[in-house]
Amino acid sequence: MNPLAQLVAERSIVICCGSGGVGKTTTAAVLAMRAAQQGRKACVVTIDPARRLADALGLTGLSNEPARIAGPWDGELWGVMLDTKSTFDALVGRYSADGDQAERIMTNRFYRNISGALSGTQEYMAAEKLYELHDERDFDIVVVDTPPTRNALDFLDAPSRLTRFLDHRLYRVLMTPTRAYLKAVNVAAQTFLRTVSKVVGAEVIADAVTFFQAFDGMERGFRERAGRVLELLTAPGTAYVLVASPHRDTVDEASFFASKLRESGVAVSALIVNRMHPTFGRGSAEDARRAATTDGPLAAFWANLADFREVAARERAQLTGLVDGVGGAAVLHVPFLASDVHDLGGLHEVVQHLFAG
Amino acid sequence: MDPVQFFATSRLLIVAGKGGVGKTTVTAALARAAGGLGKRVLVVEVEGKSGLPTLLGHDGELGYEEVLLASGLGPDGAGEIRGRTITPARALVDYFEDRGLRRLSNRLVRHGVLDIVATAAPGIDDILVLGKVKQLERSGELDLLLLDAPAAGHAITFLQSARGLLDAVKVGPIQAQAKDVLELLSDPARCQVLLVTLPEETPVNEVVDTAFALEDKVGVSLGPLIVNGCYAETEALDADPAAIAARYGITVPAEDLAALRAAAAFRAQRLTLQHEQVGRLAERLPLPQVHLPYRFTAGLGPDEVEGLALALVRGIQGLAA
Repeated sequence: MNPLAQLVAERSIVICCGSGGVGKTTTAAVLAMRAAQQGRKACVVTIDPARRLADALGLTGLSNEPARIAGPWDGELWGVMLDTKSTFDALVGRYSADGDQAERIMTNRFYRNISGALSGTQEYMAAEKLYELHDERDFDIVVVDTPPTRNALDFLDAPSRLTRFLDHRLYRVLMTPTRAYLKAVNVAAQTFLRTVSKVVGAEVIADAVTFFQAFDGMERGFRERAGRVLELLTAPGTAYVLVASPHRDTVDEASFFASKLRESGVAVSALIVNRMHPTFGRGSAEDARRAATTDGPLAAFWANLADFREVAARERAQLTGLVDGVGGAAVLHVPFLASDVHDLGGLHEVVQHLFAG
Repeated sequence: MDPVQFFATSRLLIVAGKGGVGKTTVTAALARAAGGLGKRVLVVEVEGKSGLPTLLGHDGELGYEEVLLASGLGPDGAGEIRGRTITPARALVDYFEDRGLRRLSNRLVRHGVLDIVATAAPGIDDILVLGKVKQLERSGELDLLLLDAPAAGHAITFLQSARGLLDAVKVGPIQAQAKDVLELLSDPARCQVLLVTLPEETPVNEVVDTAFALEDKVGVSLGPLIVNGCYAETEALDADPAAIAARYGITVPAEDLAALRAAAAFRAQRLTLQHEQVGRLAERLPLPQVHLPYRFTAGLGPDEVEGLALALVRGIQGLAA
């Protein structure tokens, strides 16, 4: 069996990572579609998909809830477009003591900034959504598209990032009961905060302080949940698929991703390289180049063939380091397609490229 | 348009585009083109490693301290390219130091308070970076400042930070900083954004969205679009290679003929798509376009960047004055 087909048939979570613009969203959708064709109940979590693909998948509304995508398969295909803020709100709702606490947090400006803009929040919420779908719904497989971060570890690291934020000294100082021996620390902190307030404005700091106060009592729940999410991300049923394109810079980034994943003990199960130039004939670029200089009337044709052979050879050469870097992972190429993928037919075409033979 | 005049339109050129479109290569080519016209150029990076120094023939990575990447350029040898990074933490330290508050800035950075403050007032880290850029733009020590902006989505947030902060922060030096930055960004005589894209469907859609967002939300002036990776037009490939071979009595093995035909067809197909996308881009964005050639050859170094710089200069010459 094609190793990728096996992966899609057996794993319960597939995480597609790679830099921006390499076709991660499409790849995630393709893998989920294949799982559905194999009779599984599959869900794809997409992040910021190109509009036409989102339309094709019926993901135009920002519902943050899985929607079923109808199609000619034995299993089921569902799609979710990640809404970072609603996911975060749901998490706050889950761990707040009562509606009042949840309300105080959700109306806080500092919280709205965290849920919308804190770096790593999107990654964290993608992981959180993945956990929720895996844990609470009966999907056989959840395929997730990750935000285009420079570092694959941002995704693995995201759940701990918020808890680290909560571990922050400023937070601890603000939240520590004013016991006598801590009083000095607190006074120093207050003075410091006053100085910071002068620079950025008092409201800004007041918002932060109010948020941390409102959040009091919730960090344990958050921390435990983050721990479970992290466990799931490194569980044996979770597979990592690295998506790349054969451009020099994206190959470099993918190699960096692969090495980081390896460092954290996570194996890449498959490498999918999109947009590969085809190889034309069996000769080399040099052969064609030589013919171009001697073969008068066909010179332009030979030169063109030489150009494309050179590109194909360059792409394959650029990929060798990356292929070594992913160890024994399956490596699959998807050729340049005549147009971008923006419907189910287009997805199926990629399925055929990836799962042929 | 005269390229010398082009590079004198505004001192700050912000190069923006989505990942994978060759933004850093284009930045290097712009630096090389302006340097070649005798300009003193400073390239500023806001994200980590980019390979930009290598593109300009310099070993090593950029740091916060300015380094000379190339000199003796241009007709009179006055052209030079320098490079540096600007990170929020270091910009913050500078900002306070300039105001005699060095100890405070060290505490802010050491205790990671910047993270909290940046969350409390998102955009504050961006404003610190842009504030530093503004300071350099005003210094008068350079002719052109090229800012390699973050990838497209973030470029909007990055450039929008000034306006956003003005809503959130009503008083204090950060507010003053935001005002100065907004003034810089909305003055076409001081600053322009060059958007880089590829002649392909998704990059075209994205650059159109980015362009409108930048004009609406930031009010920044947009320079010509740089369309990277364009195949050259060739009419020579329109015929059937088999017919040509037959006509001239050349013997070509069938396998080679098939390869010649397939490669020519592939090129034609890519060119058709390119025409469609370039046309669509022109229709949706009323901005002049400068096309840079697709590179078939392996490797990208100072020589290739110089080639691209020449293509840029030719493209600029082709623009209406």
